[in-house]
Amino acid sequence: MYEELEHTADWALRVQGRDLPALFKNAALGMMELSGVQTGDEPGEVRQIELQAVDTESLLVDWLQELLVALELEQLAFREIELQITGGKKLVGTFQTVPIISIEKPVKAVTYNELLIQESPDGLEATVVFDV
Amino acid sequence: MASAIRKQDFTRLTPYLWEIPTSFQAGMRVPVRLYADERLLKAALGDKSLQQAINASMLPGLVSHVTVMPDVHQGYGFPIGGVAATRLPSGVVSPGAIGYDINCGVRLLSSEVGLEEAQPFLSDLATALYRNCPSGVGVGGNLRLSAKDLDRVCREGSQWALKNGFANEDDIARTEESGRIPGADPSTVSPRAKQRGRPQLGTLGAGNHFVEVDVVDEIFDEQAAAAMGLTVGQLAVQIHCGSRGFGHQICSDYVREFQPAVKRYKIQLPDRELVCAPLDSPEGKRYLAAMACAANYAFANRQIMAQHVRRSFEETLGGRVADWDLTQVYDIAHNMGKIEEHRVEGELVKVCVHRKGATRAFGPGYEGLPEEYRSLGQPVLVPGSMGTASWVLLGTEGSMEQSFGSTCHGAGRVMSRKRAKKTVRGDRLKAELESRGIHIRARSMPGLAEEAPLAYKDVDAVVEVVARAGIAKKVARLRPVAVIKG
Repeated sequence: MYEELEHTADWALRVQGRDLPALFKNAALGMMELSGVQTGDEPGEVRQIELQAVDTESLLVDWLQELLVALELEQLAFREIELQITGGKKLVGTFQTVPIISIEKPVKAVTYNELLIQESPDGLEATVVFDV
Repeated sequence: MASAIRKQDFTRLTPYLWEIPTSFQAGMRVPVRLYADERLLKAALGDKSLQQAINASMLPGLVSHVTVMPDVHQGYGFPIGGVAATRLPSGVVSPGAIGYDINCGVRLLSSEVGLEEAQPFLSDLATALYRNCPSGVGVGGNLRLSAKDLDRVCREGSQWALKNGFANEDDIARTEESGRIPGADPSTVSPRAKQRGRPQLGTLGAGNHFVEVDVVDEIFDEQAAAAMGLTVGQLAVQIHCGSRGFGHQICSDYVREFQPAVKRYKIQLPDRELVCAPLDSPEGKRYLAAMACAANYAFANRQIMAQHVRRSFEETLGGRVADWDLTQVYDIAHNMGKIEEHRVEGELVKVCVHRKGATRAFGPGYEGLPEEYRSLGQPVLVPGSMGTASWVLLGTEGSMEQSFGSTCHGAGRVMSRKRAKKTVRGDRLKAELESRGIHIRARSMPGLAEEAPLAYKDVDAVVEVVARAGIAKKVARLRPVAVIKG
């Protein structure tokens, strides 16, 4: 559902999903795997999230950026992600936090570089470039 | 991944300068000029960096040409190793063309410590540096800044560090802009950026950031080296870091805010990461004020890191060598947007110079330089890849004439991080470097593998190009003896 692509300076991830919620969820899981996040078993709280953006690509950037900040500031990862996306511009959902034991390498930022959500044979596909 | 641009698409202007004319692609407003020899040109054609430079040449208000340095590599919109100057007041500023790590840069400290006398203590020194220089993801430092303190750091930069006992007057004088960019306004910075910035001042971070103990290997300009306190066989220290999560968030916030702004200003761009706004627009002014906050934060950050390094030298070398003091050579940014005046076709023009992975390299006579450097030119610090040489250069009249007072910033990557991780094992690389007498302290072995020397170009070749092209002058070469990676 996601694979790391060749990128000289940064990290690039090709993400797929049958629909937007699946694409967004897979992008989040891919970002955590790229960062080498190791989590504990103890589940944390269930958090609600609500985001609004000018378009779907911006919504994807905002979603990943929210999680990136939780990783950095609170040392929290996330699982049990449940999302609803309406009109391609509004995201509502929940995820369960889980404490991080270690991270190999952080993502500095989620970029818009060549970011385009497109239809694919299996649903939707996007390439996300992360600044590291 | 390879570029669609071919060697024959360039006009060779000089043996080390190649140009892609505006006729190459619709939408180009100015030519793209690349500094390279044949080998580095081939390397630049190996990824999308030159297409990214062509995309950058479509920014409104550009002056003269987009400059590409020989250490260029693909970034996320604007190439790393790119320089673009936009005319005030109506040219644009592009946050993505400055980068997320605003004022990422390098500081060099010189010492009177000889390698031979330090040799028995180098392992302990590396360990002390690793202990005293906080690194890693989201790792905070020893400082707990109040909201008011953070605002002061934003406005005052290294001057705040001086007031709070983290600097001396010479450090400040030997920092670009004396460690304080004017125009910083903390009210233009989001609460989230401040939340990320407060715990992270005085920390290294991760990625390609490092503290490196070097020995001066060779001198090429005796007069300049003497002014900088660099002597063959003596230790020096490089610190490479930036504005941490504070700068990353500021850039993220403004790249987001500028997405609708480009539509408002009817600006067409080939990549959304290049979003921009006119320098005289409300959005452009707000970004510049926020960018200055991050730039000042980064100056203060490297200043506090320098104090961590000084403490580490004292702890391990104090009383064991004759003189363990460290003197600042210079501190310079390589991700920044600066308002400067440059002569273009005989006319003095006020521009915003975007340098992303490129170093300011002002020539002799620049009044902002401390007196001891004014007749020489501005020191330029070019770290190599881990385990290879680093260089100290000077800005020249040539860099002022050709490249908006700019030159290269490092070796430049040539291999993807994915491939480096597949090709290199971090623990083996560490063992190999240690066998060559380089002490390594690193938190992450995969992270170390990504930064392996084979993933980078030959820094000596990069420096040779900028020196022969006349946009920098060699002063000294350094080689590493201890590397601390975030």
